[in-house]
Amino acid sequence: MSTLTKFSAIPYTGPAPTNREPYVAVDGPAADARGAAIAAALQHPGMSQELGQDMPSFIVGKEHIVDVLRALKESSEFAFTMPLDLFGVDYPKRESRESGVGSRSETGGLRTPTPDTPPPARVGSRSETTDLETPTPDTRHPGRFDVIYQLYSLKNNERIRLKVRVADGESVPTGTGVFKGLDWYEREVFDMYGVIFDDHPNLRRILTHEAFQGHALRKDYDPAQRWLLTENDVARIIPKIDPRFENVDTDYERVTLNLGPSHPATHGTLRIVVTLDGETIIGADQEIGYLHRCFEKMSETHTYQQVIPYTDRLNYCSAIINNVGYCMAVEKLLGITAPARAQHIRLMLCEFMRIADHLVCIGTNLVDMGALTNFWYLFQPREEIYGLIEACCGARLLPSYTRIGGLAVDVPPDFLAKSQRLVDMMPKFINDVEKLVDRNKIFLDRVVGVAPISAEDAINFGFTGPCLRACGVPYDVRKASPYLGYETYDFDVPIAEGGDTYARFLVRMEEMRQSLKILQQAIDRGLPEGPVIVDNPYVALPPKAKVYNEMESLIYHFKLIMHGIQPPVGETYFQVEGGNGELGFYLVSDGTKNPYRVRCRPPCFQIYSAFPEMIMGQTIPDAIAALGSLNIIAGELDH
Amino acid sequence: MPNQPYDSSGSIIQRKRGGPPGEGAEKGLITLPGESEREIEDLAGGTYLTTTVDTMVNWARGNSLWPLPFGTACCAIEFMSMVSSHYDIARFGAEVVRFSPRQADLMIVAGTIVDKMSPVLKKIYEQMPEPRYVIAMGACATSGGFYRAYHVVQGIDEIIPVDMWVPGCPPTPDGLMYSILKLKEKIQRGEIRR
Repeated sequence: MSTLTKFSAIPYTGPAPTNREPYVAVDGPAADARGAAIAAALQHPGMSQELGQDMPSFIVGKEHIVDVLRALKESSEFAFTMPLDLFGVDYPKRESRESGVGSRSETGGLRTPTPDTPPPARVGSRSETTDLETPTPDTRHPGRFDVIYQLYSLKNNERIRLKVRVADGESVPTGTGVFKGLDWYEREVFDMYGVIFDDHPNLRRILTHEAFQGHALRKDYDPAQRWLLTENDVARIIPKIDPRFENVDTDYERVTLNLGPSHPATHGTLRIVVTLDGETIIGADQEIGYLHRCFEKMSETHTYQQVIPYTDRLNYCSAIINNVGYCMAVEKLLGITAPARAQHIRLMLCEFMRIADHLVCIGTNLVDMGALTNFWYLFQPREEIYGLIEACCGARLLPSYTRIGGLAVDVPPDFLAKSQRLVDMMPKFINDVEKLVDRNKIFLDRVVGVAPISAEDAINFGFTGPCLRACGVPYDVRKASPYLGYETYDFDVPIAEGGDTYARFLVRMEEMRQSLKILQQAIDRGLPEGPVIVDNPYVALPPKAKVYNEMESLIYHFKLIMHGIQPPVGETYFQVEGGNGELGFYLVSDGTKNPYRVRCRPPCFQIYSAFPEMIMGQTIPDAIAALGSLNIIAGELDH
Repeated sequence: MPNQPYDSSGSIIQRKRGGPPGEGAEKGLITLPGESEREIEDLAGGTYLTTTVDTMVNWARGNSLWPLPFGTACCAIEFMSMVSSHYDIARFGAEVVRFSPRQADLMIVAGTIVDKMSPVLKKIYEQMPEPRYVIAMGACATSGGFYRAYHVVQGIDEIIPVDMWVPGCPPTPDGLMYSILKLKEKIQRGEIRR
């Protein structure tokens, strides 16, 4: 009967959420002040600040965006050196509303900028544009699409959001000259929205296939409209030869070799085409999208609660971290926090999942190098972790355990004892594997100095997670912007030097030990008493026993089932440290039960986009070893 | 072939009566899959079994399936679990995982197949030597699952023939194991010729 105590006996008296009220970011004033400081320091005419957001936010005219990006990157004071994300949002109503009330003639096909009208009230924002400088007409230009850049400053540990508004058919200058990591993101926005990026080196579709027509994330695209691909449509990929090797004359023949998308060494659906000179890789290109399951479009057609199972299937090796990241993003939008007990359980399961993720990565990476024993060996503790998850919620791999506002069910009574057993047995496996390979000459020859990337390049590409820490950059979301109470735990962020395959192996091994350290502290503190889901009938379903016995609970139940969770109108971004790096969710709510836009920032995406650069001049076996160490998860990579 | 219940728990040739194996004790009744009980014949000083070539070949095929994991997504991780130490498919003779379609006779489609992948799937299926069998593992391979979306194949039987469908998202390793055993029965009964 523990479920009965989940809700208080007295009727709910807290504030009722209304979907007409805008979202108020908790850190809004601080972000506004910081944004004003940035704008004052940069003095750039193309930027106008957007207030009330969860991070400093600017609307930038499209012809200024490259300048602004470069200024933010090169500014020694702010140093926004890392491109975290770039994505689009479609607001078709904004455009039509604007064109309806404008002075434009009804027959005119051309849309002209209207300098005198303020930016339209748009879905998902309550902000007024404050003009710090005299804005050029284009900053106020209404357009259908928002192209949103999010940058991160390692120096100041802060984020910034830049929005460029473009109308249908308009183009944006490419930012690939400033940040290498924007290459694939721009292709993705082109693929999904049809926004053209001028001067992009290789602007072709990235996630969908060659025969696809239309742009899938536009609001007027039917979510179930498929386009069939036949073998004749498949385009040939011929990799561009790296200029360093272009004029090098060797005695070998040049061969183009296709790896994947069904290849034993690619662990999933990756496809790499390499040009070889003898054994040396002199050109490489990738094709992704072989597992593009339309996560973002599916999210828009489901309610907030129904999106949770889709998040499981992003990085399926550490599913609970995705659940937690998404749920916390929605909770941030709703302005609620999960109860202490739920947070504690979430933290413990996240750390277990991180260990499981690293176990799979290291195990399969070692298989690629011929060390099959470790694979069999490491899968044993991993199965034990899944046993624990199964005991909590009944599912193994993809548990969908969290709910918005807490957890689906409470953990079993012996949860801590089981966790302690796991924490006790785990070090033996980690140490044994380390002993087996760490001084093994074959292993060291395969990994030391293989596929290195410099810290500067890694930041420029937008690396996060173990791959960034292997370059010596101690960025970890758990330390930089703690959530779930990570700030109260004593743990270190392991870093390694060199950024090669060996460094990535070392970082992952040490991270597992640090996770165990966190887990031991969590077990020692014990589980806080109390419910595992918030006591708020607008977010969480009342217990069944109350639904059958109380009128109010029955109404709440009915309302929540029929109308879903309705967060306030607004947009927010929340990030957690996933198995592979920063996993972020950007949400736009229009006050209805379905999210207007869910953007997932998959950490793999940028890491994999750097892969050709990393393997250039190396050999195929080195490339395979490096690929395993990057831990590219196709579900996350392709959304 | 008659569709008879077949007990898969032990060896395919089950000794029903008679003493322990050895000289003079070979007489007994056995059951081959798809056949009724019959007597072991004693001819020319040795023990013989008369049957059809098909029965013998099917028996052998069912007992040594070589799977090709066409793993794309989450189900592939559960496939890995099934192959590795904890569940250990080697106990049922299907542990020789081949990544080349030319060396495999069972394709396990583990994970979502999207439109971009469908020509690849078809090509790899066609590269497998006959007889070839296909298991559609999980909801996505079976029907597209909950991805009713613009880029997802709504079940791989749009593209290739399927012998076994395994429910679950993802199926547990024991679920997948059960489907392999069921397929083995089907092959040994001689139901599948492709």
